[in-house]
Amino acid sequence: MEDKLVIGGRELRSRLFIGTGKFSSNEIIPSIVKSAEAQVITVALRRIDFESKDENILNYIPDDCIIMPNTSGARNADEAIRIARLARAAGCGNWIKIEVVSDNRYLMPDNIETIRATEVLAKEGFVVLPYMSPDLMAAKRLKDAGAAAVMPLGAPIGTNRGLRTKELVKILINEIDLPIIVDAGLGKPSEAAEAMELGAGAVLVNTAIATAGDPVKMAKAFSLAVKAGRMAYFSGTGTVKEYAEASSPLTGFLLDK
Amino acid sequence: MNVKFNGRTVEIEEQNVSLYDFLLSKQFELGRLVVELNFEIAPREKWRDIILKDNDTIEVLRFVGGG
Repeated sequence: MEDKLVIGGRELRSRLFIGTGKFSSNEIIPSIVKSAEAQVITVALRRIDFESKDENILNYIPDDCIIMPNTSGARNADEAIRIARLARAAGCGNWIKIEVVSDNRYLMPDNIETIRATEVLAKEGFVVLPYMSPDLMAAKRLKDAGAAAVMPLGAPIGTNRGLRTKELVKILINEIDLPIIVDAGLGKPSEAAEAMELGAGAVLVNTAIATAGDPVKMAKAFSLAVKAGRMAYFSGTGTVKEYAEASSPLTGFLLDK
Repeated sequence: MNVKFNGRTVEIEEQNVSLYDFLLSKQFELGRLVVELNFEIAPREKWRDIILKDNDTIEVLRFVGGG
């Protein structure tokens, strides 16, 4: 049986979503996408800069990828809705990552405004993937509002601190009948594997790859870790015990006379 | 006349300048960008028909790297 992730009616082979921020140059993006075997790629929408002649990032993303614009910069639901509509008008499909942040130090998402934005955009036909603080009630409301998946943070954006929210993410995985995608904070492939072992539907990684010494190789490492974690999830991990239990037969011949 | 373009005031000397002409004059790569005129999305297929007026507010956006 092929293990596919279905979001917004699309069947995805890859459970590693990647962001395109913070890379040294856009030229590296195609190699990253290939190495990560990623299908869903996030981008941001910005005013065009008069002076800078840098090219459109979309020129570097393979055509068969799903572009998932984010609403970064939005401080409330109305701003997120405005950005989402603009992104769709730019002609890159109808996926949107809602990101509503008004806290500048930790960049923590505003769950209440995120729920509001999700409600409006889902009704308008968007495939809505909200970035959120892992709270069960908020996740339930996001589902009711029409979210296609829920994306709890592992740790604050760009911190590489790992899956600090593990217990809360686990509750979402258990209770919410939508793909749970751990977004933000994962710093190492082992942490991506940890999220997948828990039963996350996917992970979204940007900073950990973009700021690695060798981003292309790190993208590959994350890809392998996500696959390993997913396989482990299906395999059923063994019981955790307090005391040792021998793995080798303790035939007592050394004591036998 | 003056228009506000991405937050800056820009003077346009010619008459009857369409949004499309204006964007071309800025040498933008016109694919996959999005334009807001007076805070409403200006659909691509209407760019040639929209004639800019004094005090119009134009926002031109495109995708950049983001997570």
